[in-house]
Amino acid sequence: MRFYEFEAKQLLKKHRIPLVQSELAQTADEAQKLAADIGGPVILKPQAIAPGVAAASMREASDPAGAKAAAAELLGLDDGGRKPNGILVEARPTGEAVYSLSFTYDGTSKRPVVAAADMAGKIDDLGDTHPERIVRRHFSSLYPFSDYIAKELAKSLALEGNDLKRMTRIVSGLARLFLDYDLADLDVTSLVKLGDGNFVVLDVEADLEIEARHRQRPMLDELGFAKEDLRQVREPTEFELEGARIDEEDPRGIISPIAEFDGNIGLVIGAGGGSLTLTDAVRKHGGRPANYAAIGGNPSVDKARRLTKLVLTKPGVDKIAVMSNVVSNTRADLVARGVIKGITELGFEPADKILIFRVPGAWEADAAKILKKYGVEYCDRTVSISEAARRAVEKVG
Amino acid sequence: MAMFIRVDVDNSIVEKTPGLAGKLVEVCPVKIFKLASKANAVEVVENNVDECTLCDLCTQASPQGVQVIKLYE
Amino acid sequence: MAVIVHEDFQFIVQGITGREALNFTRECLQYGSKIIGGVTPGKGGREVYGVPVYDTVREITETQRVDGTIITVPLAFAPDAAYEAIDAGIKEVVIITEGIPRKDASAVVEYAALHGARVIGPNCLGVIVPDVCRFGSLGGPAVDCRKAFKPGVVGVMSRSGGMTTEICNALTLSGLGVSTAISIGGDPVIGSTYVDLIPLFEADEDTKAVVIYAEPGGTAEAELARWTQENNSRLPIVAFVAGRFMDEMPGMSFGHAGTVVNKKVDSPADKMRRMREAGISVAEEIGDIPNLVRERIGN
Repeated sequence: MRFYEFEAKQLLKKHRIPLVQSELAQTADEAQKLAADIGGPVILKPQAIAPGVAAASMREASDPAGAKAAAAELLGLDDGGRKPNGILVEARPTGEAVYSLSFTYDGTSKRPVVAAADMAGKIDDLGDTHPERIVRRHFSSLYPFSDYIAKELAKSLALEGNDLKRMTRIVSGLARLFLDYDLADLDVTSLVKLGDGNFVVLDVEADLEIEARHRQRPMLDELGFAKEDLRQVREPTEFELEGARIDEEDPRGIISPIAEFDGNIGLVIGAGGGSLTLTDAVRKHGGRPANYAAIGGNPSVDKARRLTKLVLTKPGVDKIAVMSNVVSNTRADLVARGVIKGITELGFEPADKILIFRVPGAWEADAAKILKKYGVEYCDRTVSISEAARRAVEKVG
Repeated sequence: MAMFIRVDVDNSIVEKTPGLAGKLVEVCPVKIFKLASKANAVEVVENNVDECTLCDLCTQASPQGVQVIKLYE
Repeated sequence: MAVIVHEDFQFIVQGITGREALNFTRECLQYGSKIIGGVTPGKGGREVYGVPVYDTVREITETQRVDGTIITVPLAFAPDAAYEAIDAGIKEVVIITEGIPRKDASAVVEYAALHGARVIGPNCLGVIVPDVCRFGSLGGPAVDCRKAFKPGVVGVMSRSGGMTTEICNALTLSGLGVSTAISIGGDPVIGSTYVDLIPLFEADEDTKAVVIYAEPGGTAEAELARWTQENNSRLPIVAFVAGRFMDEMPGMSFGHAGTVVNKKVDSPADKMRRMREAGISVAEEIGDIPNLVRERIGN
């Protein structure tokens, strides 16, 4: 879950990380006033979530009038169906030196890692262009962060004297913040050493681990995050919000994520990996999915029933394809019960609404009996995922 | 109501074994049974019957007192 | 020979009285696995399908050899369950629970490493050596499980539990069969990655080739490609990469928690390129996997 940069900076401020002068404007007039307060040239940053929007839309203004004009333009940007959540107006000091820092989890060593470079930018991009400029230190999420790790990192950036001590304090503070707030990624893409020897953070990006959002509720409340705000790259649709509600209300099994597309084939597909493979297969055969809805972890009959109704009542969807990988823990019979219940509750005949039912595996004999009773053909494991997708696409026309 | 499963309970058998009603409530992973107002007896929660996972824990607890019937067979 | 488990492998189930655990405990017993106990706090003294239930792990490890544990407790209790198992001396820890924040997963994995224990998962279904031992939730009821997993020559590692069974089913239908299959988990931080596990397959004389199922997100495939180039492995590898549609949808997460395209290395296209360059065969469809394996092992 991406933080707006102004939110990330509130977290940094709380942890006493030195920041460049920075204020949030909600209107062009406010931006003008803030620019005048700061004095001199300013940077304007639209607060946006969609990938690339914020980074591609930064503007520089040499005076308050210019700031007002730029802010007016930026406030009209499209951020995945939303408007920007204000404009950050910031001073732009030039420094003697600039650095970048990146905190993330290293899937190979399975530990948190901090990387640094003696230039601005995202460490991921710098890894391609300037791998020799990057230094790294792993740390632990089992033990408290110890400052010497930050000192070693600063040392390997060739820092000395007060620079070494200041950088150590900043890296230590960021590492603790990264751990305390369950961040998945924290990128300081520009950390500048000013003429007076002090360091300030200019640009920062931070992502919260989505799975930790419940236990981080106090921090999110403090920042004013709404409970249902998951910071997706585009504004969630009513269909997606309802899918999320169905998932939240019953802990048995998982129907997440759910996403709306503009096609005509309703998909009730499982689970994490199977849903990816099936979506690829439907598209490969020329089909246009109306949605994405992965079911896994053995959803309850009721959850499958509610999902079926949601997908089948989506405008433009006449029929659904119920497909899965060969299931292990998710049960074919419980999925069959839920799907048939959902369709009959809408007043339809299951045989008229199911394009294909390909859910082989656990409890498949019972699933086949249930479907037979309702006149629906059951595809067994000899029908491949690709063939099942092909048949569904062919049938929907 | 339930379309796929029917659960029949013979409370005249359940009540003969002390603690059996409570055990039925406890073993069911999908809460099909609840204690009845009458002592040592259970009621079937109709809303949960179609969630039955056919785990057999209730019929193992009371082979004579509980029957689980698949309506699709 | 087999990987991780063996014929006499004895394990326990933490969270044994839950809806999911009841299901797979019965399935494992039907399959012939040796489950010698279960743990659910407050339910000690009960029995589940003949398996005694205890309040603590140590009550079991004090009197019996316990080779492994399956953890399937609710998410808030999962790290604690793992620490309990590791402190009781259990060396093979499978975590099925989904949704554990990566900070906690990382801490558990580090703790396990300090104590010589191995973690498989989180967010996985475990390990199976067909007809020898099923250690987890792969395959469903024994009758369905046997249809998908027949003994054979291919080792399987998969970031998706469901696709583990799908791929093994395809290998079984083709006659190649499966030596050991491991559902490694779909989270961004998992205890054992392809690179951690492939030496086990390398040492397993039953395994003639390895198939991996990959997804967008993370560096595990790039690491495997590098491992393949740096080690003169005897094992041909065939990979399937799902979620190609996600290349068009940066920043959106589908499938598992670890499945998102944010960085270049996350992208299916990048993963396929790196693996091909390392000599790994990349299958276009699940159905193509058996033939690619046959080509590579000259069978």
